[in-house]
Amino acid sequence: MKLSFSELSARERVAHLLDAGSFTEILGPAERVVSPHLAQLGVPFSFDDGVVIGNGTLWGSKVLIAAQEGEFMGGGVGEVHGAKLVGILRRAVSTRPAAVLVLAESGGVRLHEANAGLIAVSEVMRALLDVRAAGIPVVMLIGGANGCFGGMGLIARCADHIVMSDAARMSMSGPEVIESSHGVEEYDSRDRSLVWRTTGGKHRFLMGDCDRLVEDDMGAFRAAAAALLGDSKALTLEGLLAEHAMLAKRIECFGDCHDALEIWQRLGVEHAEQVTDMESDQMQNLLSDNAMEAA
Amino acid sequence: MNWQTLVQSLFGDAHTIERKGDVLSGTAQLPGQQGQILAVVGTTDHAPIGVETALAQAKVILDTVQKHPGRAILLLVDTQGQRLRHRDELLCINRYMAHMGCCVDLARRSGHRVIALVYDQALSGGFITSGLMADTCHALPEAEIRVMRLPAMSRVTKISEDVLEALSLSNPVFAPGVENYVAMGGIASLWRGDLQSGLLAALADGNITDQRAVLGAERGGRKLSNAVTQRVLAA
Repeated sequence: MKLSFSELSARERVAHLLDAGSFTEILGPAERVVSPHLAQLGVPFSFDDGVVIGNGTLWGSKVLIAAQEGEFMGGGVGEVHGAKLVGILRRAVSTRPAAVLVLAESGGVRLHEANAGLIAVSEVMRALLDVRAAGIPVVMLIGGANGCFGGMGLIARCADHIVMSDAARMSMSGPEVIESSHGVEEYDSRDRSLVWRTTGGKHRFLMGDCDRLVEDDMGAFRAAAAALLGDSKALTLEGLLAEHAMLAKRIECFGDCHDALEIWQRLGVEHAEQVTDMESDQMQNLLSDNAMEAA
Repeated sequence: MNWQTLVQSLFGDAHTIERKGDVLSGTAQLPGQQGQILAVVGTTDHAPIGVETALAQAKVILDTVQKHPGRAILLLVDTQGQRLRHRDELLCINRYMAHMGCCVDLARRSGHRVIALVYDQALSGGFITSGLMADTCHALPEAEIRVMRLPAMSRVTKISEDVLEALSLSNPVFAPGVENYVAMGGIASLWRGDLQSGLLAALADGNITDQRAVLGAERGGRKLSNAVTQRVLAA
């Protein structure tokens, strides 16, 4: 039976992603580690500050996990939320799990405590890169309705692997922000199809910005995460030079495109206009046939 | 401060720093260090960081790691944040910016000191992947650092500006300003007057672990961050 990732809460996602009953939460709601800043503003706070962290097993292997709750402040990173993420990542360096799994759902920095959130995002990035340097893979799992934006989009792209559902989105600035600064003709935030084509899982997969595309199903996320256990990609000079060359070539090849559809056509995806309606397993075949070389 | 004045007061004429578009890059000779050379990269004119700007800065860092092992790097920060364009989102701008951050991280791990200076303005995303990824980030006292101004914050949070303003007197997380970032540990120090000695002191500090949460607690601007992280480690 399918169980939608996007419809579950962060805590439910963790329970269904890991081996049944294996999860032990760290600084759970009973500990009452809350944001003092939200309380000062008179804004409702949450007993876990919107992120669930802890350890458990996946297919019998030890993992550490963090899951952001999109329903609380859009998954925004504040001081406590960020410190919990840093803590779980640093813990990985000493306990050496088979992977750190991050179920990211966030608009980025929590604006109610913006300064602390901004610093925290960079602290998470540095802690994450320490985990990679220790040879432990960090896997981002993106499937929530709020997507993965702003600072969290930056953190995601620092990880070893990204798994997205076809319903998920990952990017930097929200379409509303871009529309409000450059007008509706620049980016129409109410054009859902445009927003999805620009930032959605399928586009990111065709471009190679996410490594695996799965259905909005907990079982599919679980299988994808399990397949990546122990699969660490060291950050080396050679690796970053290759990344650099690829990113430069991307601007050269697609920098003049105005729509994702144009990019897909240029990638050589046949019937690119049908991508929208394809199932995620059909997308896998598209890539192996055509797009991989061009991307 | 404009970048020419800044560079002049840091290095006199002993530099090759040039502007190309919004990007600054070159080398400079450290004062009184027997010709020690520093790589310099950054942006000017409150540059919006788009895919090209991120890549151009990353290239300078990669070149330095590749050709000049161990050479210290100075990041000069003046940005309005990430470029807000549909095209950048389509190309996955967060990947370009993260790449810049990863290059800074690689430089550190390869034995390069990386010091950042906010000499004019630092905003949100453009700051996270440059200055905030350095070993330590410093600022001029007149620099401006923020995610958003209080009026915008008031609109987003639906809390009146008066309330926010009152709160920001006692709590640095709410209001823009370099002093607040110093209190939170995000800015290691302010360089006042003699900028050369600020730079030399920053370079002399050999610590390359992330001390910002510890500093934030010591300075009283971010009381919980380090304590929470320590609790997770001890659990």
